Formats: sequence, structure tokens, C-alpha cells
Amino acid sequence: MEASEHPAVPKLQQAFGDKILDVYTFRGDVVVVLDRSVNVEACQLLRDDPDLLFNFLMDLTAVDYLKFGREPRFEVVYNLYSLMKNLRLRLRVPVPEEDPVVRTVTHLWKAADWAEREVWDMFGIRFEGHPNLKRILLYEEFEGHPLRKDYPVNKRQPLIGPKN
Amino acid sequence: MGVRERLGESFFTSRVDKVVAWARKWSLFPYPFVTACCGMEYMAVSSAHYDLDRFGAAFPRFTPRQADLLMVVGTISHKMAPILRRVYDQMTEPKWVMAFGVCTCTGGFYDNYATVQGIDTIIPVDIYVPGCPPRPEAVINGIMKLQEKIEKMKQPI
Repeated sequence: MEASEHPAVPKLQQAFGDKILDVYTFRGDVVVVLDRSVNVEACQLLRDDPDLLFNFLMDLTAVDYLKFGREPRFEVVYNLYSLMKNLRLRLRVPVPEEDPVVRTVTHLWKAADWAEREVWDMFGIRFEGHPNLKRILLYEEFEGHPLRKDYPVNKRQPLIGPKN
Repeated sequence: MGVRERLGESFFTSRVDKVVAWARKWSLFPYPFVTACCGMEYMAVSSAHYDLDRFGAAFPRFTPRQADLLMVVGTISHKMAPILRRVYDQMTEPKWVMAFGVCTCTGGFYDNYATVQGIDTIIPVDIYVPGCPPRPEAVINGIMKLQEKIEKMKQPI
């Protein structure tokens, strides 16, 4: 589907104007880049608009663009699917390194709970308003966020063994 | 007097620790600590085709307190490491540990933040069976090597 054909694009542009930073199609998937100040409102609109009904958060993840030399460094990515309208949409929300905070969408989709915890665990991006934002895969004593590209490949966490 | 003359070939003599060693080496009760894909290979080893009962090591005990061979099968992450240590501590003496598969031996290709680089950093290991996963023949070879080791070691009674 081309970006111009996707029913969500004009609605988002009308509602959020210049907060929509970019709209494009990548290999048949429509992608909307938007400012983090409207991420919850945009998700709410996409979920509740009767023409869209994006009721399924398929994935919520993040990307570290450190080696791309891009500003801002992080991006939180939402992959949405509408079961009723058979539509897909990807949202990308840039997040700066010095203030890695995004507002949570757990109140819109329960599925966001663990996904946001995983993003916090791996990338150190905090989700404001999340009910239980703690590490999900690693243990509490773990230092750092291993999927950040500046996490040293050979770094070992001293848990119990002397050589690890 | 000659006992041998009076009783003939109806008995043989040995030493207590040799008998104990013989009993121990032919009645290994494994505890399979299975965490990853090597578990499939463990299932192959422990099922009828390879017949571990030949070595007295076919009967898995699913509590560490009744086992004397801890088979660590699969990748051990740092989060799992304290649990492995605890299972090892719960086993009664004498006890042996087999590192089953290359992940338990050295960490394998998981040279990353999450994986323990060899379980010998946590617990003592008696026999290493590398391979990704090891063939059942390799595991049987490992068990036979362990039996040799048990036979030769000093037997605490």
C-alpha cells in the first residue's frame, strides 16, 4: 500500500500537523515518523477511530542509531495491526540520548507492558507512566543496557563466577 | 589353610573400596538440568535406541537429592547460574557433573553479555562433552570416561 492510500495518514496529519515528521512506504509497509510529544495521542486516535481500529499492538521495540551518526540517537518503533480493517502501520518515534523517555501506551494495549519493559531492559529507554517498569529478561543487578551499540561486546557482569 | 581348596571357585576376593567403586560407576542416577536445544540430544541418548541402561545411567531422577550425576544440558545464562549452583549444592555426595554440549563447556558461540562462559566458573565439572549438540555416541563416550574416573578415584564411604 502506498502512503497516500493509507486511511490513517490523512487523519494523523490533520490531527497532529507538523508533529508528523515523515510519512513514507518501505517495501509495502506505510511508516509514520512522529514526535514523541504526541505518541500517546496518535496511538489513541489510531486505536479508537472507527475507520482504523488498530486494536493489535504487534510489536513495540527500539533501535539504536549510534553508528549511523544520526540525531536523535534512539527510536521507539510501534508495529500496529487492525484486525477489523486489515491494515498495518508502523510508527517511529525518535528519542534523544540525553533524555530517553517516552510516554507509555500500556493503558491502550496491555501487550505494551512487557514490550516496554524489554525496551527499558535492553536500551535503557524509560516509559513514563508504566505501572511496573523494571527489568524483564536480565536480573536487577545487571549494569548497563546490552543492546545499546556502545555496550562493550566483551563486557562481563560479575554475578557469581570470578571469570565471568 | 587353603580357603580356595575348601570352597573352590564359588567366591572371589576384593577390596571394599573397589566394590563400592564398581557399584557407583554402574548406577549413575543422572539429574538432567536441561535448558536448551541440547535437551533434544539428551532425549535421544536417554531413550531406548542408545540404551544407557547398559551403563546403569538411564534412570533420570528429577530431584537433585536423589541424583549423583548432574548433566548440565544447554546454555546457562547469568540469570540461571544461581539456580544451577543451588541444584548442585542440593545433591548429596558423592556427586559428579557432566558439561553436556559446548555452551556448558565454554559458552560456545554465545560470547555475549547474557551467557556464562563455561559452567566450570560456577561449579566443578568432571567430564566435558563438547559438540553442538554432541552426538549420542559422544555422550556415551563421556559416560564411559566418567565411569573410568569414578573407578579410579578414592571412594569416600
